[in-house]
Amino acid sequence: MKFKKILPQLLTLLFIVLIFGFFTMNAQENMDTRGIEFGFGFLKQEASFDIQFSLIDYDGSHSYARAYLVGLLNTLLVAFIGIILATLLGAVVGIARLSPNYLIKKTASFYIEFFRNIPLLLQIFFWYFAALRALPMPEDAPLLLNSSFMTIKGLYAPAPIWTNFNIFFITLIIAMILIFFFSRYAKKKQEIEGKQLPVLLISSTIFIGLPLLTFLIGGVDLSFSFPVIRQMSQSSYTFDGGFKIPPELIALTLALTLYTATFIAENVRAGIQGIGKGQKEAAASIGLTPSQVLKLVIMPQALRIIIPPTTNQYLNLTKNSSLAAAIAYPDLVLVFAGTAMMQTGKAIEIVGITMATYLTISLAISLLMNWYNKRIAIQEK
Amino acid sequence: MIKVNLLKPDNKNLSLFLSLGSLFFVLGIFDFYSNNFLNTNITSFLPRIINFFTPLIFSVIGLHFFRIEFSGVKILDNINKNINTSNFNAVLSVIIILLIIFALPPLLNWLIFDANIAGDTKEACTGGGACWVYIKVWFNRFMYGMYPNAEQWRINVTFIAVLAFMAAGFFVPTRLRNYLSFYYTILLPIISFILIYYIISGGSFGLEWVETGAWGGLSLTFIVSFFSLIFCFPLGMMLALGRRSNLPVVKYSSISFIEFWRGVPLITVLFMSAVMFPMFLPDGTYVDKLIRVVVAITLFEAAYTAEVIRGGLQALPRGQYDAAKSLGMGYWKMHIFVILPQALKLVIPGIANTFLALIKDTPLIFVVGLLEVVGMLNLAKANPKWLGFSMEGYVFAGTIFWIICYSMSKYSQNLELKYKTDR
Amino acid sequence: MFKYLKQLTSLVAMVAVLFAFTTETMAAKKSKTLKNTQKKGFVRCGVSQGLPGFSNADAAGNWTGVDVDVCRAVAAAVLGDANKVKFTPLSAKERFTALTSGEIDILSRNTTWTLSRDADIGLTFVGVNFYDGQGFMVRKDSGITSTSQFKNGISACTNIGTTTELNMRDFFNSKGISYEPVAFEKADEVVAAYDSGRCDTYTTDKSGLAAQRTKMTNPNDHIVLPETISKEPLGPVVRQGDAVWEDIVRWSLNVMIEAEEYGINSTNADSMKTSDNPQIKRLVGSEGELGAAFGLDNDWSLRIIKQVGNYGESYKRNIADTGILPDRGPNQIWTKGGLLYVPPAR
Repeated sequence: MKFKKILPQLLTLLFIVLIFGFFTMNAQENMDTRGIEFGFGFLKQEASFDIQFSLIDYDGSHSYARAYLVGLLNTLLVAFIGIILATLLGAVVGIARLSPNYLIKKTASFYIEFFRNIPLLLQIFFWYFAALRALPMPEDAPLLLNSSFMTIKGLYAPAPIWTNFNIFFITLIIAMILIFFFSRYAKKKQEIEGKQLPVLLISSTIFIGLPLLTFLIGGVDLSFSFPVIRQMSQSSYTFDGGFKIPPELIALTLALTLYTATFIAENVRAGIQGIGKGQKEAAASIGLTPSQVLKLVIMPQALRIIIPPTTNQYLNLTKNSSLAAAIAYPDLVLVFAGTAMMQTGKAIEIVGITMATYLTISLAISLLMNWYNKRIAIQEK
Repeated sequence: MIKVNLLKPDNKNLSLFLSLGSLFFVLGIFDFYSNNFLNTNITSFLPRIINFFTPLIFSVIGLHFFRIEFSGVKILDNINKNINTSNFNAVLSVIIILLIIFALPPLLNWLIFDANIAGDTKEACTGGGACWVYIKVWFNRFMYGMYPNAEQWRINVTFIAVLAFMAAGFFVPTRLRNYLSFYYTILLPIISFILIYYIISGGSFGLEWVETGAWGGLSLTFIVSFFSLIFCFPLGMMLALGRRSNLPVVKYSSISFIEFWRGVPLITVLFMSAVMFPMFLPDGTYVDKLIRVVVAITLFEAAYTAEVIRGGLQALPRGQYDAAKSLGMGYWKMHIFVILPQALKLVIPGIANTFLALIKDTPLIFVVGLLEVVGMLNLAKANPKWLGFSMEGYVFAGTIFWIICYSMSKYSQNLELKYKTDR
Repeated sequence: MFKYLKQLTSLVAMVAVLFAFTTETMAAKKSKTLKNTQKKGFVRCGVSQGLPGFSNADAAGNWTGVDVDVCRAVAAAVLGDANKVKFTPLSAKERFTALTSGEIDILSRNTTWTLSRDADIGLTFVGVNFYDGQGFMVRKDSGITSTSQFKNGISACTNIGTTTELNMRDFFNSKGISYEPVAFEKADEVVAAYDSGRCDTYTTDKSGLAAQRTKMTNPNDHIVLPETISKEPLGPVVRQGDAVWEDIVRWSLNVMIEAEEYGINSTNADSMKTSDNPQIKRLVGSEGELGAAFGLDNDWSLRIIKQVGNYGESYKRNIADTGILPDRGPNQIWTKGGLLYVPPAR
């Protein structure tokens, strides 16, 4: 009997070993004929190329490894902003989809059906090559909110200049810890005594008030450096001061948010609709208002249905951010698997590292969400 | 003395409230319309901020007067129930109505009324609207890529033939129905491949050889999607079964395969197939670019399909497995005749989603140099004779994809309803 | 026991197939690019995705350009007909891997000859068919007439993964100017970004600037600045490891240049067979056995000159007459003051 189980496994193993062996053998042979070396030593070499947008200090004299880091941080930046915005927009649209108001419901459906059925690459191209290219040149750009300019070269916004930022930051952390403990205390109090404390109100006061206090007594100061137009030649202008968000980043984030939010909206809708009508009716029968029903009864249960497919969407968003290679946003794929690979020629190593990076990010997000899933599942009584 | 409470419209003074409501509502809409389209501002004597919001304020006041509970007028009650249940709702509804008024006329103007479609050259686009002449002139390229004009009938013939073979499955006599799955998973891919190889690629029977680099446009989208679909489905099934198997080697190799392909973006997979994969083949062998791309996309989508099918397999009650085993069915018999038919019915929406995602992923093949619709769009956009018409191109491509994807999702919803076997 | 016969047979079959496959490929290694080309009946040439003057396809699909002419010369030499070439348009990213993987046999895509490309990635440069340098293009109405007028904060568009990207950094660093690099993969996207105003300047090889200017909305609104900031010797590339093919491509290009040096062109090539100059006679094949060194017949160089023309003819019809770069600059025969000095074909 055991033989029956061993033979298929042996076959599979042999198959896998043969395939891998075949590939490795060929690769080795090819590299020998061409005189190409396999190795990761190139990571220490000087990159010699500059990157347009970087969160950390970087210029061409740094190594390829640092260029990799810049690309990775840019990818994570887009993913982070995209996830937050897509979640907000998706939640709003998902709830709007269930509204009794006919116009709102139809608008939400229209939005979902429209943006879901057009390929993401086409949307990115549209936003970058059509929409953002139609923006005015710096000298013609109108002043927004008395401080910023939206131009074809990017969004120029005032940059904050802090003094004593660490004090402000520490106070912020302290405020968050206080809010955490306060909400736990309020929950316990509600379970024991039934009294509800205005958690939201008090938390907001602490969150806003405490850091603001540091301005008065902590010596923290915030001033802004505003973008000021400067003429570079007879027909081209730029802005000094402030900070600049490149249009590539704006187009990518916009497209990713609008696209992913449709899927998240559908998940939210499925989650809320998945709660049995009995829950809503029971909650109403004990006198809760509709918004209380949503907040206290529906959402906690709906979250359990919403979270797993939504984490899938977060993963998709992170992977889709690799489409930045199609427009000039310097994310991991463009910087590392694009420029670095073309300059060094080390295709196997670089593509391998890039794929390994994305695998790690995917696994990390999956593990995180699995942990969160288990945590909220346990609370079921 | 009839009590009129302006803050609480009731149906005792129906005509009064109706007229008040219509007056304010129409005033608000007219104000907005005149602000934006007639360039006159009837409330310009008010300070700037209030002036900006007067259309909103007027319309909301109008809707407030309309909000009569149980007015007895059917249309009014319907409207109230749908868009006017509270002030908050009224505000939202008015905003949406105003947005529609703001956006729709210029859009229609650009799309239809000011657009040009007659003519052959750039100069024929005289209106301020869309230049559909551009699409008309490039239509062949968008559909067939760089395929020589004289040979495009070959693509048409092949597609019709493949569709005919696919539809033939519906007309078989009942005694051959058992072989349908065999037909679809094995015979049809082989027949389609032969058709495409001999007719579209050519090279024999007197047909001129057209290299795969010249294929492009929407026909290439269909070819790539079709073959990836056909091959990723059986592969996904095998992986799903493998993942659920008891043999550790099979199980863990399936898991690693699936998790690997699901964790990397498609664009890196395509990079790999274009740039890395040739190194893994023996010196001198050269695999055609299109085949490499189809293999890459197939492997990629097979992992997602495997997860979807696995969901279906998991959702089946254990009783099915036990009952099949108690009838003496072996592993394969049990799966082919009992488990898979039920599981596949459950996961139809999931599979349709995967197929939709596949079609939406095909534009990425531009990274290997194959130009399907979006790629041809970018090529046409850069032609010096036709600069400046990128918007028309995007609208055109967006419309095509939207029609395809929307129809597919509606069809899958229909399928789901049709095959819904409630237990 | 016989139940497992099915599985055993499939196991044996799989091993046999794979074994046969690998032994077959070991045997196939002995064939060279020349043999493959002659068997296939056409030369596989990798070119750009559309650069007027160098490699550009017209609406009917016919390719013309000086890079195209190099491949046509090889086809004339090896296969007897300059039209037996299949052109594969390649992006900058896949150009080298297409060559090393065997998708193409010659890369003639105005590629700059650098040390790292020659030594590091398994390729060999076989000559220079265009001496060029990197330059900048700006809009006329900006009033800039020299790169010394560039100010801090300038945005420069270019292609990723090219020598241009690296040289641009060296240039701006040496002038101490802070700049914003905007790098796209496709040349068309770079041109569109510069044309729309996203970038203030466009930088690449000066020949590329001149060629791409014809693709802009208003070509006359742009000027190429006079400064040349780097050396860009552009030439054809082949795979490392096939010495005979290398030589064929190298000497096909050299023949075109040397033919112009001796005044042989496509119209008078036949009449030159009876010339007094022995070098001319060698070039047109009426003396010597030069073709045998490559395994070709002796008319190989005559075919090149007659079907493709000499270097000057190629330059004239592709670059000078189309208005891209009427002045040959350094791309002139050394006897007339240019840089084209090739070893003698003897």
